[in-house]
Amino acid sequence: MSRILIVARNTFREAVRDRVLYNLVFFALLMIASAVIVGQISMDIETVVMVSLGLSAISLIGLLIAVFTGVGLVSKEIDKRTLHALLAKPLHRWEFLVGKFTGLVLTLTVNTAAMAAGLFLAMWFVKHSIGRGDAMVLVAVYFILLKLTLVVALAMMFSCFTSPLLAILFTAGLYLAGLFVAQLRTLQNTQMSPHTQKFLSILSYLLPNFANYDLMGAAAHGRAISRILILHNTLYTALYCAIVLSVAAVIFSRKDLK
Amino acid sequence: MTAPAIETQNLTKEYPHGFLHLKRKTSLENLTMQVEDGEVFGFLGPNGAGKSTTIKLLMGIIFPTAGSAQILGKPVSDVSMHRDIGYLPEQPYFYDYLTAAEVLDYFARFHGFSAAERRERVQKMLQRVGLETVGKIHLRKFSKGMLQRVGLAQAILHDPKLVILDEPMSGLDPVGRREVRDIILDLKNAGTTILFSTHILSDAETLCDRVGVIAGGQLRGVGEPGSIVGVKSLGMEIVFELTGSGPQFETLRERAAKSGTNLRMTASETELYAVLAELREAGAKIISVTQIKPTLEDFFMELVGRDRARAAAIEVTGQ
Repeated sequence: MSRILIVARNTFREAVRDRVLYNLVFFALLMIASAVIVGQISMDIETVVMVSLGLSAISLIGLLIAVFTGVGLVSKEIDKRTLHALLAKPLHRWEFLVGKFTGLVLTLTVNTAAMAAGLFLAMWFVKHSIGRGDAMVLVAVYFILLKLTLVVALAMMFSCFTSPLLAILFTAGLYLAGLFVAQLRTLQNTQMSPHTQKFLSILSYLLPNFANYDLMGAAAHGRAISRILILHNTLYTALYCAIVLSVAAVIFSRKDLK
Repeated sequence: MTAPAIETQNLTKEYPHGFLHLKRKTSLENLTMQVEDGEVFGFLGPNGAGKSTTIKLLMGIIFPTAGSAQILGKPVSDVSMHRDIGYLPEQPYFYDYLTAAEVLDYFARFHGFSAAERRERVQKMLQRVGLETVGKIHLRKFSKGMLQRVGLAQAILHDPKLVILDEPMSGLDPVGRREVRDIILDLKNAGTTILFSTHILSDAETLCDRVGVIAGGQLRGVGEPGSIVGVKSLGMEIVFELTGSGPQFETLRERAAKSGTNLRMTASETELYAVLAELREAGAKIISVTQIKPTLEDFFMELVGRDRARAAAIEVTGQ
């Protein structure tokens, strides 16, 4: 466990010293600030527009960081051969992977928290108060973080067996496909062969269900989000990440490094 | 009886190549060798001979197609024995966003040292490799030679029983090379087993108890450096100064080549004393008498044959 934390700490330190991340977070805060202006010109629905735009900005920037940094976590270490000296230490390859994953998730947590703080500041600026109903925005932010965690795991897995470019494309493709899991399940009602229906049914359960994490609308309108859904999404993310990381570890533990 | 520090049996590495990865290229073929506990073993060979492939197999960076290897009596897949190993990769590259001290501290953490112990060891190592004044500078500003020193420091930071160094002199200036040689000798005196790869013969001759010669992925010979290279002496070189004049001197001058203000003459080992007597008779001042040893290239040409050596070099560098 401690060795995983050593790698995680260094991954976090790398992110802290990377100016690109600061620029991205700054850009997100800029988007949130502009949401205030857009909100002000939207009659009666200032908060709804602002929260929707703010959460979208957090999600978009988070996704960019998760995909690009997630893919680079392993591939950069292989390309630059920084792994050679590291793997000569008493460190298993799976520990390295889990450490890298933990470090980036920690980075995303801090970034997302910073962006969420910006959003709450903007909400306070518009409404001059923060009520209990705004807690749903916090839940939506938490769901975004869960989504980003899963994206990082997928990006890492793909980067273990393919080039960075393909890993980015695969991760982005899987993310987009995962947004339409519900539609994939309803497709089964149309006229299709039983084999196709079976295939689509299996596929819809295998694909990561990213639509589950989208609560921007509910949060913007202050609708309550059930505790069951929070628990469900948390467990779903933990289980899916565990499976994806296990696959990544198996692939990576047999990989010849250049 | 203690187990050898390193032992390999028929270690083989093939790489798939071609568009569909259907063809196989052999990088290392049936390597069987031992490095004894406490010895300095030089792994010699031209570029692309299979030295780094062997070391990467030992360190678990790549995996063998066939055969097996043990380090300190344990299979190389056992990561726990990495506690007792130090490794300097070829052309080492470290996290450039860290300072030299931070990199060493990071690696030291994996060995479970306390914060105070880490601080002490990092300072000691920076001093040992001559980087004490630049310990707080980010590695992105380091030269290749400085990175090599950081690499050496992280390899010996935890007092390992076995140190594996892949081309440790690479990228170093003469002072740096001398310092690395001194560090290797210090480690040797402390009883550390050392395996290092090099294509520079003089390094191996100065430092090694035994050398293994590899070319084209095959081990061509193992033995003491003198026994491998010394047998193939190319003769003796005599450098001398001749101040007199006359026909006897002119004959000598014609036979010798100019070397700055001195003259240089070569002779076979059997002729040496006769030539020296002739020079002494002529009143020449002998500056030096040196055995001419073959270069590593000469040695390889001799050992594996010109065509085969060339083919091996092309095959492996073409990978």
